Amino acid sequence: MSLYIVGALVLIALFLIALYNRLVVFRNRIDNAWSQIDVQLRRRYDLIPNLVEAVKGYAAHERQVFERVTEARARAIAAGTVGEQGQAESMLTQSLRSLFAVAENYPQLRASENFKHLQEELSGTESKIAFARQFYNDTVLRYNNARQSFPAVVIANAMRFGPREYFEMEEAAREPVKVSF
Amino acid sequence: MYDAIEGNVRRTWLLFAGFVVVVAALGYVFGELTGFGHAGAIGAAVLAAVAAWGSYYYSDRIVLSISGAQEAPRELFPYLHNAAEGLAIAAGLPVPRLYVIGDSAPNAFATGRDPQHAAIVVTTGLLDKLDRLELEGVIAHEMAHIQNYDIRLSTIAAVLVGTIALLSDGFLRSMRWGRRRGSRQSGSGLLVLVGIALAILAPIAARLLRMAVSRNREYLADASGVLLTRFPDGLAGALEKISADPEPLEVANKATAHLYIINPLREWGGWTNSLFSTHPPVEERVRRLRAM
Repeated sequence: MSLYIVGALVLIALFLIALYNRLVVFRNRIDNAWSQIDVQLRRRYDLIPNLVEAVKGYAAHERQVFERVTEARARAIAAGTVGEQGQAESMLTQSLRSLFAVAENYPQLRASENFKHLQEELSGTESKIAFARQFYNDTVLRYNNARQSFPAVVIANAMRFGPREYFEMEEAAREPVKVSF
Repeated sequence: MYDAIEGNVRRTWLLFAGFVVVVAALGYVFGELTGFGHAGAIGAAVLAAVAAWGSYYYSDRIVLSISGAQEAPRELFPYLHNAAEGLAIAAGLPVPRLYVIGDSAPNAFATGRDPQHAAIVVTTGLLDKLDRLELEGVIAHEMAHIQNYDIRLSTIAAVLVGTIALLSDGFLRSMRWGRRRGSRQSGSGLLVLVGIALAILAPIAARLLRMAVSRNREYLADASGVLLTRFPDGLAGALEKISADPEPLEVANKATAHLYIINPLREWGGWTNSLFSTHPPVEERVRRLRAM
């Protein structure tokens, strides 16, 4: 009789271990997805000084715009949590938008190879940020679902698997489109 | 999606088996006609097995080279690289190798044996004629084929089906040549009939098989592609532009046509179009995309 009890306990333990491991896998996937975003955000920070320099060469007097961009960049680099990061990046996107609006007034600037190259790199990076964000948010959704469903929720609470934040950020050119399948 | 992958693995094995059987049958008839006897069938079966094995590893290279695709360097095609890298991130896959075909007809395909050995090929016409969101739609469609392992099945099919077409063609020729020499005995009349039947049936079988390879998975790739871009209008616009373009793609042929996002061979029409077509009608694909 006691053998059955031991057996049942072992089975329950194995089941709990499997649940725990599943949550760990999901959590690691989120970290991996976040690092994908991080790489692209850094790429954007690296491009911005060059872009500002390029525009300065033609429109040195538009100081306000440059200051806004530089400040927004510094704030984005310093951001801590996922939520703060999203806000700071949205600000940066907006300031870049006004930088490009300024550039619109200088046809020579727009025609320069350097500027065209930077513009392509920046919009490429921004669309990669968007895709990485999508992948990250999907991963977070899967994790949060797994974390909240019974019986994993017991393990999650006991082992401090907290909820994760979605990465919300205003995007450059792409309008988010609702897709229903 | 895992169903799709499993189905593709199973179909690839069926394709290998079917290929060996058809080639062995051709070898048998050829052997009987030329006096080599059963050696023809055995030799052909062995050769076919070796060819099938080799096609697993080398099909992508063969397809790339017969399509005249050249590697696309990042410096010359930053736009293409950025789009592919972004969608690889969205799909959670490694970035595929990128190739271009120097042709003004817009079209694209993906090839390779798994996501780690995948390549996406676009024509220079596609890059010129589509805007960014449309190009992303096309790349996302190809990325979906890579994710589902459609590329492995369709690439191997292209090479094996091409081989069968070549063989049956050569077989018909050698029969004509044999008749002129007058070296055949009259007793082999039945075998000649079988031979003719095989030579005619082989390409038809090949075509039907290709149809099984494509069609439904195009809808699936359209839908999974949109799941990556979240922008159905991009792909819908691209499909309309590609299919409305009057230029034929010269490097495409009947063995590789099913790989492309839109059938690159324009001359087909009438009832054969719907029976043998490797692609579902564009209007239907666009309609489904717009309804998403």
